[in-house]
Amino acid sequence: MALRFEVLGRFNRARAAQLTLPHFACQTPLFMPVGTQGTIKGLTTDQLEEIGCQIILGNTYHLALRPTSELIDELGGLHKFMNWPRALLTDSGGFQMVSLLHLADITEKGVTFQSPVDGKPMLLTPEESIQIQNRIGADIIMALDDVVRTTITGPRIEEAMYRTLRWVDRCIAAHKRPHEQNLFGIVQGGLDPVLRDICVRGLVDRNLPGYAIGGLAGGEDKDSFWRVVAQCTAALPEDKPRYVMGVGYPLDIVVCSALGADMYDCVYPTRTARFGTALVPEGVLKLKHNAMVNDTRPIDPTCACMVCKNYTRAYIHCLVTKDAMGSQLLSYHNLYYMLQLSRNLHSSIVEGRFVCDFLQKMFPKGDVPEWVCNAMDVAGIDISSCCSS
Amino acid sequence: MKFAVKALSSGKARAGVVHLGSCPSSIETPCLLLSTRKGLPIFISPDLLSSLPSPDSNLLQFSPLHLEGASSTLVSSGREVSKRCVNIGQEARWGDTTPNFDSSEGPSPKTISSIGGLHQMVGLHEYGFAAVARDSIQCLPECGSTNKTGASFETPCGRRLIKPVEYMEMITSMKPNLWATLADEVPAWANNKRNKTSVDRTVKWLDECIARSPLLLKLVGRGGQNRVRVNPIGFRVVRAGGAVFGSIVGGSNIEERKRCAQEVAVRNVSGYWIGGFGLGESMEERPSLLNAVTDNLPKDWPRMICGLGLPEEVLQGVAAGVDLFDSAYIYHLTIGGFALTFPLDRTEKIDYNYQLSDQGSDRTKINLRATVYRKDATPIVEDCCCYTCQNHTKAYINHLLNVHEMLAQILLEIHNTHHYLGFFRSIREAIKEGCFEQFQKKFVQSRREHLAADVVSV
Repeated sequence: MALRFEVLGRFNRARAAQLTLPHFACQTPLFMPVGTQGTIKGLTTDQLEEIGCQIILGNTYHLALRPTSELIDELGGLHKFMNWPRALLTDSGGFQMVSLLHLADITEKGVTFQSPVDGKPMLLTPEESIQIQNRIGADIIMALDDVVRTTITGPRIEEAMYRTLRWVDRCIAAHKRPHEQNLFGIVQGGLDPVLRDICVRGLVDRNLPGYAIGGLAGGEDKDSFWRVVAQCTAALPEDKPRYVMGVGYPLDIVVCSALGADMYDCVYPTRTARFGTALVPEGVLKLKHNAMVNDTRPIDPTCACMVCKNYTRAYIHCLVTKDAMGSQLLSYHNLYYMLQLSRNLHSSIVEGRFVCDFLQKMFPKGDVPEWVCNAMDVAGIDISSCCSS
Repeated sequence: MKFAVKALSSGKARAGVVHLGSCPSSIETPCLLLSTRKGLPIFISPDLLSSLPSPDSNLLQFSPLHLEGASSTLVSSGREVSKRCVNIGQEARWGDTTPNFDSSEGPSPKTISSIGGLHQMVGLHEYGFAAVARDSIQCLPECGSTNKTGASFETPCGRRLIKPVEYMEMITSMKPNLWATLADEVPAWANNKRNKTSVDRTVKWLDECIARSPLLLKLVGRGGQNRVRVNPIGFRVVRAGGAVFGSIVGGSNIEERKRCAQEVAVRNVSGYWIGGFGLGESMEERPSLLNAVTDNLPKDWPRMICGLGLPEEVLQGVAAGVDLFDSAYIYHLTIGGFALTFPLDRTEKIDYNYQLSDQGSDRTKINLRATVYRKDATPIVEDCCCYTCQNHTKAYINHLLNVHEMLAQILLEIHNTHHYLGFFRSIREAIKEGCFEQFQKKFVQSRREHLAADVVSV
């Protein structure tokens, strides 16, 4: 165990905490930008520090291909390689299995898939995944899990859940740096509460430093999504961090935080920036749209980031999708928005107010979606002031 | 804008100082104008700009053509049509007036005015902008389509014909610190007739631009634009409209160059923009063409040039008495994955430690895509104090280039700009010490020696 997790404030199930990792002391709830290939697209480490980024996600699959984990290790680990002084998390490479499924063959041994670089077969075993992650050197590493899409039904889900538990043991055995890197287990089980429960218990028995809720954010309906999160957070230990993988949209983060989750990651803010979409309290703003041509307002007048303080929608409009600078400026704003959201969640939980502000801005007409209302019910948060019905 | 020559070396090379209203400090010349796209550097985001040496890095080049205004006209198959520039990759839709489609149009001149001009629009209040229609990276003069009504350019949005009235509308709304009048530039191989026409046209457009400039209407009053200046020293131009730089062309014809320079020299302008270079003339013929221009210009006014990008070309410009340079060199290096490494140290030691990794390089720059850098944990240049060298290694940049990450270009543009600004600093020092000619000779010679040595060693 190489972390400390201290809850500083609560609001029913929601928690604001300090997560102290070897490289940085983070405040939760937190959002992790995804730096797939050892960089957040278009931003420097200085800028990331400037906007308050605490922890970045690196992708084991991609880094193992290029520049290889051995090279990263030889050059002193990923922190040193990319010159990022704060915290890092690497995933196991497992998600790529789902994305590249038509090329993958999953057996008890591990996952074989074709390298997209040279077509050679690659075998990713739990042991190999951990070894790669040991070489990369992130503060948090993820156990290799057997990930199954939530849109699939049938015995495959149960098979994957049990296999995930067996693989966790292999990951634990292979982990060479438990005092510097925290191995998180991932709860699988699809949308089946029985399977999810078995998985949670199994992982909790292994007494890991932290737990992730996996297999979601893959196209399931929102109603199923929040119920799985609610069930898992209710059953996972109070005194350890909970990470909902692949989440996500600001609204989803707010709901999951209300239900007691602490950590999130998603490519959405940076990816949508490259398509010209900005995140704003009301939802999204499509900068590419013709209506922006002569709009001299900032993207978000309430945002304190460098982009909103200096630039008009009109100017950003003429940059987006055409110039690298457009991607950079929008990514900067979008990440700032997500990190500010995290900071607001943390402080509002500590101060005992929460959620309503956010929902009122996003749904000024009071048309809060039903799944959100249901989730808040379970979370014990009264949002009647935000709902028109 | 204020300008003064402070030192001369070898007759014509001069070190000077330019002061622009928006910049807190004076900028020493000869100096480099940083290339921008739509007012911001191509890759370096505005918050990282401040990591470059100041005030050297405070002067930015800008082409108004980058911002496609709603009033732009497009030439196609001989017809002039009004058109909105739509996304690259989309078919142009003629006469499209649908209100709700995705576009990448620039804000209209009216909008830019309401924002407060270029400085406000791009959030660089303490920087100086020099506006020139031609931009050696994206807006290339296309003399075949230029006609008596306007100058034609190849741009990312297609071929554009820009008339003096449209150009001045953009200049007026953008309020750059200084701007060049619209010019008709021809390549070095243009025939005499075409070349002569370009000179006549450029001078005519100069007069038109000045006539439409809000600034000079106030200063000139009655008497027209051909009034001869009687007292140039201490003549101050301080207005939001910006200082006018008269454009001088003439192709590769010495007589035409002289004629154009003489015509422009009697115009009421605050400086001179020398066009038509970097369009096919050879290194050998260039000095006499440059001198044909600068010999006929008053000494007290700044000279700006476009199209002299490489170090040797810059030196030619300095030798002829040019003060301000914009260059596409940094851009091309950056997108090619190259980093400048030539020594800036002017002390006698000629050679630095030869490394295995210098094999294949021309000692000017390194190609960071090369596999030899995969594990190189050293900065691009030891002792370089740019953001890139202080924070990152060759190995990391090599990786970024391999995986096609934008951060590679950002880091390279920072380093290359920093390094090239250092080159300009060396030039200024050599001029101030009175040994510019030596400096130029030594620089050119050592580059030739390296190339010769490489040929032999292969």
